[in-house]
Amino acid sequence: MTYGKGWKDLPIAGVITESGTSVQYKTGDWRSFRPVVDASKCTSCFICWIYCPEPAILRKEKGVEIDYNYCKGCGICSVECPSKAITMQEESR
Amino acid sequence: MLRGVPLKGNYDAGGEQMSRISGLTGDEAVALAAKQCDIDVLAAYPITPQTIIVERFGEFVANGEVDTEFVCVESEHSALSACIGASLTGARVFTATSSQGLALMHEVLFMASGMRCPIVMAVVNRALSSPINIHGDHSDMMASRDCGWIQIYAENPQEAYDLTIQAFKISEDPEVQLPSSVNLDGFIISHSMERVEILEDAAVRSFLGKRKAALIIDTGRPMTFGALALPDYYSEFKRQQEEAARRSIAKVAQVGEEFGTLTGRRYQPVQAYMMEDAEAAIACMGSVAGTARAVVNSMRSRGHKVGAVKIQLYRPFPREQLRELLSPVKAIAVFTRAVSFGAPNSALSSDIKSTFYDAPSRPTVIDFVGGLGGRDVTLTDIEQMLIKALESAKRVHVEAAASFVGVRE
Repeated sequence: MTYGKGWKDLPIAGVITESGTSVQYKTGDWRSFRPVVDASKCTSCFICWIYCPEPAILRKEKGVEIDYNYCKGCGICSVECPSKAITMQEESR
Repeated sequence: MLRGVPLKGNYDAGGEQMSRISGLTGDEAVALAAKQCDIDVLAAYPITPQTIIVERFGEFVANGEVDTEFVCVESEHSALSACIGASLTGARVFTATSSQGLALMHEVLFMASGMRCPIVMAVVNRALSSPINIHGDHSDMMASRDCGWIQIYAENPQEAYDLTIQAFKISEDPEVQLPSSVNLDGFIISHSMERVEILEDAAVRSFLGKRKAALIIDTGRPMTFGALALPDYYSEFKRQQEEAARRSIAKVAQVGEEFGTLTGRRYQPVQAYMMEDAEAAIACMGSVAGTARAVVNSMRSRGHKVGAVKIQLYRPFPREQLRELLSPVKAIAVFTRAVSFGAPNSALSSDIKSTFYDAPSRPTVIDFVGGLGGRDVTLTDIEQMLIKALESAKRVHVEAAASFVGVRE
């Protein structure tokens, strides 16, 4: 959907006629705390990757990377990490 | 089940199609109509306040007479939710409910219309608790009148049968794509057996054709249905819905005419009786319209110039048709089977008054509420309403709020 279309031009009932459009919606700007990974503590157990509900944790060959475009800052990864490698730091802009 | 005498069309009007006559209750007539409409899915809650409509349809399923997917669910809320899911796959979907069941569906009613699902639902109109009742009045549907559904009221089992068939054609029209409720008065229509003319299955199927849905759930082409629309888009989708509702008035009239060609029984959003030279008229919905015509006959024989108007289509409200029909009369008695507590007028009366607010000449509208919780609306009740309308026609007199009919002081 192009923003600004009138009611006559929009698909009926708000149907989104393409698939995979949720990637266009960057939900990362809701975040008030950001998870930060300490690579030296990470054991590549990938428990954070399993628990992330978004999923905004990207699994790498070694360790993980956080996709801040979609991470809402829920902090589940930080709580679940057995080696305390993820800390939540207050966002400031 | 379909024992009966075959006959060609309606003896009075002469339709093109063969039909048979059978004795059916309103419930049975609706169940039969749903069967002949070849519905793909029926989802319903099977226990009270459910009526014999789905019980009879369950027999069709058990006997292998239909290949409908019958989904028995744990509540009316789930029933209509399941209907929405089924409808979004392009299926023809039917359900039925009544009173508290419709109330429990309330939030889902708006989803069905908002997602533009052409579901047809029979609503056996019955009173809402408390006190617990189970008998007929229009409180249930009136409480949901702004839910975005097309709302059609039948007068008898024949109309319940005919209008159920028409409702699919109206709802599934690409210009409409809105759900419809076919309303029949609890017990008076739903449980009373009357003569019903039944079409052949093939005639119903060719009248309706197959449903052609444009946007459907399809794993080969994934889409999102029922998505979020925030302040930047929500209004546009409501505007679309309103446009569909307005357009559907003409569609209801057109399908009513087409059905008339087929069967000899013509339908219009508003039906007039003895209105040509009427000075006063009664406007009402549902089974009471038959009683109203009997009173009009009786009063006409005594020289009173009275008429009756039956509102078959309540939502969208057939404003133009009503204005044309009722403009010549001096006073209208509006009879409603539901209370709008604390409102300036009953719902139907408010609609009729606002229909005339900007008209060059306005008839006096007198507002009556009665027939609640299954109380009989008698010939005397209706005659008194018409007499009051005739008296008002002679002088400038505006009644404020609704007055109750047939209620003990």
